[in-house]
Amino acid sequence: MDLIAELEAEQIASLGKDIPDFKAGDTVRVGYKVTEGTRTRVQNYEGVCISRKNGAGIAGSFTVRKISFGEGVERVFPLYSTNIESITVVRRGRVRRAKLYYLRSRRGKSARIAEDTTYKPLKGDGKKPVQGSAT
Amino acid sequence: MMRSGVIAKKIGMTRLFMEDGKQIPVTVLQLDGLQVVAQRTSDKDGYTAVQLGAGTAKAKRTSQALRGHFAKASVEPKRKVAEFRVSPENLIEVGEEIIADHYFEGQFVDVSGTTIGKGFAGAMKRHNFGGLRATHGVSISHRSHGSTGQCQDPGKVFKGKKMAGHMGAVRITTQNLQVVKTDSDRGIIMIKGAVPGPKGSWVTVKDAVKKPTPENLILPAALMSAKREAMRQAEEAARQAEEEAKAAEEARLAEEAAQQEAALKDAEADIEAEKKEGDE
Repeated sequence: MDLIAELEAEQIASLGKDIPDFKAGDTVRVGYKVTEGTRTRVQNYEGVCISRKNGAGIAGSFTVRKISFGEGVERVFPLYSTNIESITVVRRGRVRRAKLYYLRSRRGKSARIAEDTTYKPLKGDGKKPVQGSAT
Repeated sequence: MMRSGVIAKKIGMTRLFMEDGKQIPVTVLQLDGLQVVAQRTSDKDGYTAVQLGAGTAKAKRTSQALRGHFAKASVEPKRKVAEFRVSPENLIEVGEEIIADHYFEGQFVDVSGTTIGKGFAGAMKRHNFGGLRATHGVSISHRSHGSTGQCQDPGKVFKGKKMAGHMGAVRITTQNLQVVKTDSDRGIIMIKGAVPGPKGSWVTVKDAVKKPTPENLILPAALMSAKREAMRQAEEAARQAEEEAKAAEEARLAEEAAQQEAALKDAEADIEAEKKEGDE
């Protein structure tokens, strides 16, 4: 294993995050730490994950889209951000693309995603094997 | 107060997540068998410097002259050799190894290296020219540099005019980069931001010239021998402490035993006395 992969695997281990198995099309709820003045609280942001980028490694990120007060809002979260308290999968969606950017031009009925009723949890601990964590 | 820099290999870039939610892009540099190969002294050479060597080179692919040079210092053949000017009191003995503790977290450094070569590049890429318009009669020359000067007077293009040409593959120094983390066991220095050159290239790291000299610099350098010495001393201290603890424990046990013995004797004496009383 090269040094960069080693360092990233170490950092992932030290961050101790529990990332669930999710992909584009799934509805996720992200607990994001918000600092207001001196106190911090956790703000939930729930919406459809429309893209996963840069894999499951330390550089990974995902985009969550939701309609807030009739306006489409998208937020990009780094997968291993220390500001993320929790990621929970609310609903599994059945989609045929890795990136659901077509949802941006759709509203209402046509922007729905069918539920994936055949979802099977991954074997093992249910987590995707993190790149470079095999050793 | 000039002290030696280091030669490092650029490994690549990654990111670090901080506790406060910040991400820091870092370049990972590695020190690979960084040893002092030669000294330059004012008596012999007219200036003071240390010559460092890093990496490993096959002996059979090292020229006879260089082999002799490394043999004189009794070090393995090195891949990369560079000189660093130092003040006379900061000269380092030949053969000493420099470790990553040379820099502390938060220190500012200057990093020099050879940038990635871009080949023959046009004026837009090389000098950030704007190019010509997409329409309004411009034909074939949308990315050209445009006019290069005046007319019959001066009748020439001035020297130094920015034009297309070879770009990259030149030595560049990036100043005031911050050291984020060091790991002396693996010889890793993590530096915030980008560093010139491709992965696997050699760069030189020096203390920043445009920042005041930090007080907690290790002078003349963070050396492997010093680290070994410190480790040996720590081990010795630990052993000594252990021995002392053991001795104290033994003393306590002996004391306890003595006390018990004394108590036993007392009891025996009491019994004897009682017996005597009974006899009388």
